[in-house]
Amino acid sequence: MDAGGALDLILAGDASLFAIVRLSLIVSLSATLLAAVVGMPLGALVGLTSFPGRHAVVVLLNGLMGLPPVVVGLAVFLLLSRSGPLGDLGLLFTPAAMVVAQTVLIAPIIAALSRQVIEDLWAEYRDELTAMEVGPLARVKALLWDARFSLVTILLAGFGRAAAEVGAVMIVGGNIDGFTRVMTTTIALETSKGNLSLAVGLGIVLISLTMAINALAWGIRRWSECHAG
Amino acid sequence: MRIRHLAVALAAMAAAGLAAAPTTAQDMSIVVASTTSTQDSGLFGHILPLFKKRTGIDVKVVAQGTGQALDTGRRGDADVLFVHAKPQEEKFVTDGFGVKRYDVMYNDFVLIGPKSDPAKVKSGKDIIQALKAIHDKGAAFVSRGDKSGTHSAELRLWKDAGLDPAGAKPAWYREIGQGMGAALNTASAMGGYVLADRGTWISFKNKDQLEISVEGDKRLFNQYGIMLVNPEKHGHVKKDLGQQLIDWIVSAEGQKAIRDYKIDGQQLFFPNAAPTG
Repeated sequence: MDAGGALDLILAGDASLFAIVRLSLIVSLSATLLAAVVGMPLGALVGLTSFPGRHAVVVLLNGLMGLPPVVVGLAVFLLLSRSGPLGDLGLLFTPAAMVVAQTVLIAPIIAALSRQVIEDLWAEYRDELTAMEVGPLARVKALLWDARFSLVTILLAGFGRAAAEVGAVMIVGGNIDGFTRVMTTTIALETSKGNLSLAVGLGIVLISLTMAINALAWGIRRWSECHAG
Repeated sequence: MRIRHLAVALAAMAAAGLAAAPTTAQDMSIVVASTTSTQDSGLFGHILPLFKKRTGIDVKVVAQGTGQALDTGRRGDADVLFVHAKPQEEKFVTDGFGVKRYDVMYNDFVLIGPKSDPAKVKSGKDIIQALKAIHDKGAAFVSRGDKSGTHSAELRLWKDAGLDPAGAKPAWYREIGQGMGAALNTASAMGGYVLADRGTWISFKNKDQLEISVEGDKRLFNQYGIMLVNPEKHGHVKKDLGQQLIDWIVSAEGQKAIRDYKIDGQQLFFPNAAPTG
């Protein structure tokens, strides 16, 4: 197999390769959205309120950013296995299980980074918002909106982590051909088959995709900054 | 407020993604836990489309080592097991986790080694003598170390040779805890010996300085079997669909499909199911 193996597949519009790329995007984007829905308000809340044990929570969130994917995969596997507590859902070895694992993996990243951004912003707007007698929930909303450009970068960090990991999706998805096979597990599989050049080619495809998504997000940010005045 | 609408929209999209994902093709599909050798060699890619054409059933293969595949079955996470470690498979059935074990096919293990052949075992026919030579020379040997069928076979052979490198852990004995392909890649990179199933070896693309050192010893026989996970242990097992796959694999048609799978003109697996009525 020559180094152009992956390129040939792309140029030939290989259907199974597109299915793999599509599934990678669906799984990681779904996980990013879910993690954002949970993580951003949570991060903002921790950033804006004071309660006993707040420092411990901040340290915990920051520490969870380093969750090893393979450990998350194992935990979700034990949870979703037929012999586990949520086994009746029959989710193991499905894309849904992969979304769950990646969500658990990146929700702390999004929460911890959001907390930092919101807290810094709060320091800036504290007097203003206090004078306007804005309630805590409205504060969370106002500051999240104000920090939206930074939050996009946080989303990208979360998406990058989700799309790049292989340990968790391999365990909970099972790398089933045409069903739970994503870019990273395909690369691992092709490497194990000795198709090193194809594996490298697929790696380049994955990196290019991540770059393209980041470029798109950057473009959107620039565009909206110009138009937000 | 706009951000709220956005959050609601995002949540709805994510929920839709979650809901849509698992329902696709769920009705007519079964999960088969199998070994890396059957997947990496391309056998499934050849026979499963034929089965799908005949029955409309989607077979989702999770490729693991035999030990892990048996555990997947024990937990109820697969409907059918297709593996290669007969003693463990028979125990799986006796313990009540499997219904019945069927012989499917065989191939053989081969000892792979570097062309430089530091242990001087090339073109041998006696695997036990070869292992003793590797041991005496302290030549690098890569072990799967993952409780797979190939790993079990390797440990059995060391035992027959009266040696126990897995217990003694000498520096030349490298347990990598990974699949067949990864073990071959490692052997290739470090110029070591490794026990491999012939199917994976033939289809392996990174042979580089590796070649077959020992083959043809009858102790290298490698039998594959198939079993339905016991529905009495795990009520959700799709026993009808799973049994259809088993019946097809051991039928004349399934056996022919296995026989017909070749790479560069070489047959990888030899069907040997008991004739069915």
